This record gives sequence, structure tokens and C-alpha cells, in this order.
Amino acid sequence: MNVTVLQFPGTNCEYDTQYAFEKLGATVSILWHKETAIPSNTDLVVIPGGFSYGDYLRSGAIARFAPIMESVSKYVAAGGKVLGICNGFQILLEAGLLPGAMKRNDTLHFISKYKNLKVINNKNKFLEELEVNDVVNIPVAHHDGNYYIDEDGLKDLEANNQILLKYCDENGNIESLNGSVAQIAGISNKQNNVFGLMPHPERAMESLLGCDDGVKMLKGFFNK
Amino acid sequence: MKAIVNVALKKGVLDDQGKATHHALDTLGFKEVVSDVRIGKQIIMELNCDTQEAARAQAVKMCEKLLANTVIEDYDIEIIG
Repeated sequence: MNVTVLQFPGTNCEYDTQYAFEKLGATVSILWHKETAIPSNTDLVVIPGGFSYGDYLRSGAIARFAPIMESVSKYVAAGGKVLGICNGFQILLEAGLLPGAMKRNDTLHFISKYKNLKVINNKNKFLEELEVNDVVNIPVAHHDGNYYIDEDGLKDLEANNQILLKYCDENGNIESLNGSVAQIAGISNKQNNVFGLMPHPERAMESLLGCDDGVKMLKGFFNK
Repeated sequence: MKAIVNVALKKGVLDDQGKATHHALDTLGFKEVVSDVRIGKQIIMELNCDTQEAARAQAVKMCEKLLANTVIEDYDIEIIG
């Protein structure tokens, strides 16, 4: 399995992401945003977390026009799998590869802590190692994670099983973290090959460091 | 020629920063005066265009492409000069 991790000025989770996927057995390469081609042997593109372009204008708004993003769009159109984590999710929203937009957290605070997530849908390459209603404990660290989509858009997400994860308590009761519409933490596109989530599974890979629930989340990508 | 672009969340999209600021103004004694607060951003650009119409047309393109996220934001454009 070959994973290509994109790197923009201000990205800061590329090495955690590399560590996570290498731990699971992947060959990982980090690709600078000025490159114009995704390596042809890539099985998964990951847009990692961070603060690309300092979050200037809007989180992800400038990164989406980086040279590499055109080939990401082509890769998606050809059915390739893309995972966006945190700032990566924001970039995918700005690029229109996932529906909706991000607003500032309703608390207006930067939130950095472990948060429980409930699996809403597992019929996809990302979460197929988990069961629906499973609860995983994963770190979140964001200022702009307040997911917004209008009512019609939300109905579409629900009808097409595009809602993957929601914020919840340890017993799986859905609860708000940052004001997101329907407490959404992660979604996919209609074609089920683009995934975005605010929490950081790559930071939950070692029980020694607190939690390894991220392993189950990322392992699905390794299934044939 | 100068273009002044104001970008703010659409009506109907909850503006948490505006709400918090409104609340702060209330507690500072402006409760009777302030009925709504919305927070936006202003982008000021110098444009090399010959006419106001051309400048506006360019600014609209910039807003649609980059300056505003039209999923959640509205924009208005003022051309000076």
C-alpha cells in the first residue's frame, strides 16, 4: 500500500501521518504542494492537519489553489481515495471535493482534547474495520471545526449515507463539541472515495501515549 | 482604482462571533442601543482597471473564486476612483 501525504507551507501533521501509516505497513511519501502530479502507484492520498498558509482568509482557502490540488481533483475523478484530516478536511471543503463549509467553533475557543466519536456509517474503505454505533476516542485540535451545511445539503448527506462520524459522549450519546450541524465530525462524498474528518486518528496510534483507537480507523484503507 | 470588499456570513447562518460580541456590548451598557451585531472581514484592493464597471466585474470574479466562500458567506463590493 502506497500512501502519498501532501505538504503545504504550514502543514504540521505530515510526519505523524507518515508514522501512523508506516506503523500499519504502508510505504509513505510526502509530496510538496508545488508538485503537479500524484505518483502513479498511489493507493491513498492524505491531506494532513496543520495551518496551511496560516489559515489566512479562511482555513484551507488558499491551499486549495496550490499546484498539486489540480491533480488531486483528477485523482478523485478517476476514483482514487483521498482522506483529509482536520486542515485537510477544510481544504477538501474549500476545493468543493466535499460538500459544506467550516465556521469558527461556536465556543470561539480553540478546542484541543480527546473526544468520543460515534460511527454512523461503515460502508466505505475508511471505516469498514469498525461497526456502526462503535465509539472511538480520538484527539481533536481545531479552531474552525464548526461544520455547516444547509438543510437540503444535510438531507442529501443523510439520504446517501455520507455522514461517517458524529461527536458523542463515552456511552455513544450524540453531543455537541463545536456547534457542527447535526454534530457531524466526518463525512464522505457521494462516490465514497473522498473522506474528511476534524479529529486526528493519526494521533491515536499508541496505547502507551494514551489511546490507539486510530489504528482501527486507518486500517480499513488496507483492505483489498 | 480601489475596490473595497466586505465579506460576512449569510443571513440565516449563525454568526457566533457576532453573537458573542453583541452579548459583550449588552453587558457594557449598550443593550438598549444594539439590536444586531455581525462580524465580517474587509478586503481592500488596488486594481489596475480603466473603468468602474471593469473593476467591479473583476472583483466579482475574485469573490466567487477566492475571497468569499459562497456556501456560507455573502459579499458586497464598493469601487472608488
